[in-house]
Amino acid sequence: MEIIFKTENLTKSYMTKKALKGVSIELEKGKILGLLGPNGSGKTTLMKICAGLLRPTSGEIYIDGLVPGLNTKPVVSYLPDVNYLYRWMKIRDAIVFFDEFYDDFDVKKAKKLLEFMNLDENSKVTSLSKGMLEKLHLTLVLSRKAKLYILDEPLGGVDPVAREKIIDAILDNFNEDSSMIISTHLVRDIERLFDEVVFISQGEFILKGNAEELRIEKGKSIDELYREVFQDA
Amino acid sequence: MTLEFDGRIPIYIQIMDKIKLDIVTGKLKGGEKLTSVREMAENFKVNPNTIQRVYQELEREGITYTQRGTGTFITEDKNIINSLKVEMSMNVIKTFIDGMTNLGFTSEEIIKAVNDYFKGGKANGNNI
Repeated sequence: MEIIFKTENLTKSYMTKKALKGVSIELEKGKILGLLGPNGSGKTTLMKICAGLLRPTSGEIYIDGLVPGLNTKPVVSYLPDVNYLYRWMKIRDAIVFFDEFYDDFDVKKAKKLLEFMNLDENSKVTSLSKGMLEKLHLTLVLSRKAKLYILDEPLGGVDPVAREKIIDAILDNFNEDSSMIISTHLVRDIERLFDEVVFISQGEFILKGNAEELRIEKGKSIDELYREVFQDA
Repeated sequence: MTLEFDGRIPIYIQIMDKIKLDIVTGKLKGGEKLTSVREMAENFKVNPNTIQRVYQELEREGITYTQRGTGTFITEDKNIINSLKVEMSMNVIKTFIDGMTNLGFTSEEIIKAVNDYFKGGKANGNNI
């Protein structure tokens, strides 16, 4: 099996705080990994390193065999957990922006996704609700033809109906040639998408495995497991 | 077709059970083609890899067969479909018996209660 993503003993420190304390993981091509943990557990730090936005303090990380950086920009499509679109933009401008920035951006696909998400190209970015903004970001990220999609909290601050839409969009756009890492602390709605899951707490992986095997082994859903593991967090 | 999944049971097993039920009840007929992995993943809103596993396991159990290039089909073997039916009925019976045993019924009392039920009366607590 082809490995698309691999870390070994990866650490990241901010001044005195250790955000990642030596994490190791592998993800096969065509699989979806759920990165599960409460706020402040190190999810975003790990994802930013994958996206090439942060440098690790020590350890190794490879995406499609490459160290994250300029080389991996075409490989990775990253959904950050914050809004990065300019305030003056309309949705239409955001599409042009992405199209000019990324060679692998598929405008046709983006327009189809906008329609699916019930978003109007003429809306101003600043007029969008939190849920609509999340849908727009996801539309942009999924309209790239990348090998690895990294989605940081795609369900954050989104109502249940919009959540369904987002999950549908992720599923429709996933294919066996691509892989995904999705971070969340809302496990219940999205656990049926995961092949593999890893639980992260205070910068360490405390549990990882195949989602179905974990269900068999523990006799619990991933959501129940999550609540059990993080009950004090 | 979205299933309400019971998170404690592997999703692929729940989808297999749903397909088996459709076969036993005749919703899916022998020789009929199953939808593609992709389509079924979208219907059930699950990861395509999960459906891949469903198809592998169904084939391993002899419930479906794959014709290269054309897709996955449901077996026309009546024996397999019949044994599926028996297997599923055993599950229903087991759940029933477990429930009755929990209520404190002995096996004789359960049989009597079932007979009474079929006679149109209710299982009368005073008679047992």
